[in-house]
Amino acid sequence: MQEIPLETHDLTVAYDKRPVLYGVDVQVPEGKLVGIVGPNGAGKSTLIKAIMGIVPATGGWVKVFGDSFAKGAKRVGYVPQRESVDWDFPVNVMDVVLMGRYGKLGLMGRVRKSDREIAEACLDKVGMLPYAKRQISNLSGGQQQRVFLARALAQESDLYLMDEPFVGVDAATEAAIIELLRELKDRGKTILVVHHDLPTAQTYFDMLMLLNMRLVAFGPTKEVFTQELLQKTYGGRLTILSEVANTVLKESK
Amino acid sequence: MKLGFGYGVSHQLTRVKSPRYLLVLLSILFFSATAEAARISDLEETNVWEQMFRFFSMRDDVVRTALLGSVFLGVSCGLLGSFIVVRKLSLFGDTLSHAVLPGVAIGYLVAGQKDPFAIFFGATLAGILGTVMVNLIKKTTHIKEDSSLGMVLAGFYGVGIVLMNRIQKLPTGTQSGLDKFLFGQAAALSATEVWMIAGVAAASIVLVLLFYRQFLVGSFDIGFARSLGLPAGLFHYLLMMLLAFTVVVSLQAVGAVLVSAMLVIPAASAYLLTDRMHRMLIIASGFGIFSGVLGAFFSFLGNSLPTGPLMVLASSAVFTLSFFFSPKHGLVSRWRKRRSGQIRIENENTLKAIYQVRESYGFAGEGVKVKDLAIRMNETSDETLRRLQKLRAVGVCDLKEIEGKPFAFLNPEGWLRACAVVRNHRLWELYLTNQAEYEPDHVHDDAEIIEHVLGEETVRRLERLLDYPVEDPHGKLIPSLADLQRSLTQGGLDEKTTGYRMPNR
Repeated sequence: MQEIPLETHDLTVAYDKRPVLYGVDVQVPEGKLVGIVGPNGAGKSTLIKAIMGIVPATGGWVKVFGDSFAKGAKRVGYVPQRESVDWDFPVNVMDVVLMGRYGKLGLMGRVRKSDREIAEACLDKVGMLPYAKRQISNLSGGQQQRVFLARALAQESDLYLMDEPFVGVDAATEAAIIELLRELKDRGKTILVVHHDLPTAQTYFDMLMLLNMRLVAFGPTKEVFTQELLQKTYGGRLTILSEVANTVLKESK
Repeated sequence: MKLGFGYGVSHQLTRVKSPRYLLVLLSILFFSATAEAARISDLEETNVWEQMFRFFSMRDDVVRTALLGSVFLGVSCGLLGSFIVVRKLSLFGDTLSHAVLPGVAIGYLVAGQKDPFAIFFGATLAGILGTVMVNLIKKTTHIKEDSSLGMVLAGFYGVGIVLMNRIQKLPTGTQSGLDKFLFGQAAALSATEVWMIAGVAAASIVLVLLFYRQFLVGSFDIGFARSLGLPAGLFHYLLMMLLAFTVVVSLQAVGAVLVSAMLVIPAASAYLLTDRMHRMLIIASGFGIFSGVLGAFFSFLGNSLPTGPLMVLASSAVFTLSFFFSPKHGLVSRWRKRRSGQIRIENENTLKAIYQVRESYGFAGEGVKVKDLAIRMNETSDETLRRLQKLRAVGVCDLKEIEGKPFAFLNPEGWLRACAVVRNHRLWELYLTNQAEYEPDHVHDDAEIIEHVLGEETVRRLERLLDYPVEDPHGKLIPSLADLQRSLTQGGLDEKTTGYRMPNR
């Protein structure tokens, strides 16, 4: 039987009692490249953060390869938003990519030579090997994104969660990244990508998750990328949800 | 950069204008100072040397405890401070160190004497309470973190000062030694206290060594650390606990007011010197030890001056040195980098002018009359000669006299560089007018800057984009990259005798 890389049931998240995601049920099949699209504030990043427990869920559950996230964490790779870290931090490119190996090392394990070789291979894959010794503040936006991607590759995971990997990168990097994602998919990996550009979403992904505080639709791109469903995601019908969320917030104060 | 130049000039002017008064004034000051110093040194010089000897021979128990305490304190402050600095928690460290003060006083009151353990527990509890209050204010109201930190810092510190004053008025209060907790006194450290400092330092070293990776990834990218399934929260609290212990045990030696400075300054100095976290930890600890020992030494020398301010002075001196002389981020190296850039730009401008003069003669003849060059650059012949001498120093230009008049000759390398600068300038002008739709009379100033920074890669792209142009917007020739390279290789082989050839066919 095929494993289900990711399953959520009634996943609900609230920041300071203000709901941002309502009861998301989703079952992602293996070996798919999935785009998560929706308007600003739809909870796209929150969804993948809640899956990994980076933000606490207020309700529902998540299963990764049939187990809790804590047990499946070793099989999950993550690319956070580029702006989420301080790029003046005193580390070089190699240090960052090696962090991808930390999950496999256990509490007291040391970084071995084999880990370094894997990190180097991953850097090479994104074309950043010549920059291995570079301090990270001396990188362009596209290069920073490639470093994060290399770090995720170094995790050697089966499920990848990526938060806006195409923001602020040049066209060449974007093409290189999508090429790499397709290659991963061909090797049977499952990849979820938070994406904000609708026209490219249609061509990049096998499946789409339309999200606006609720899961509006999830399915093969051809079936989901319809006028009606997009209207439902981006149109005004769901604004009542966020209005109610604000009321909840006011009541609680 | 121009500003710096202006200062230099005006400085020279002032020196020229008022030399005599200044000299008189200075000499009066100097003589009076030496006279004064001589009188004092008669009395104290032997004492100073003796004191220094006493300190460094470590014969005294007091000196030994003070010194050991300062060393351990420097290590833990350097280690924890590095994490504080890269995590942008400096203000938090400051708040914590002030918030522990009421705990010190209450610990004293409960134990009835200056008991290190009672004070340790009291201070730690007060620190935790302060942290909880900051988070409470932040979470329940819309007051932001900086304000809540500031309020807790001042509020707790105020309570601490009031309690301290009450204790001073108690019958046993004057001998309490609690006043030392404000500004620190390493000489007042007891053996137990030094053991506690050493214990915290040892714990910090061991934990940082064991969990370096976890601390590193948690500090750099907490979200990623959680996604790895690491107990990121646990390691964060571990670090905060170590920080709190460091602050609490350092109180006696540095004082509540300045502990946070000993956390931040050595680490910030190290941050200027290296780009790797593990080196930063080592360097910061070294600076911590240095500042601690130096502070203790001067405090001893000055008959028990408060140690805290002296330690902070020592670390500030270290920071000042790093600030000026750090190889990468230092002011001096930055200035030198900028200066060498300026010199390069100046030389390139001279080369460009030589090209333009030759161009105006239809590239006839090989040399350029210095006088023509001076007219083109709008300056006197002397100034132009000075420029050319700079070029000669770099090895791209020769100066010769022909019929009594000075001429400048570029060697092949110089000529190629001149062509390259002109090409960059004209190519950029063309790009701005054709592609970015600038008006032709708007483009010159921008090109004057861009010509010095265009890399070869960009030049190739520009040439491709503009379909290998031969004329700039003003109808002048653009020496192309291909022409330049051809002339370089051919010039090397066939035309050794003439030195160089015209770039455009």
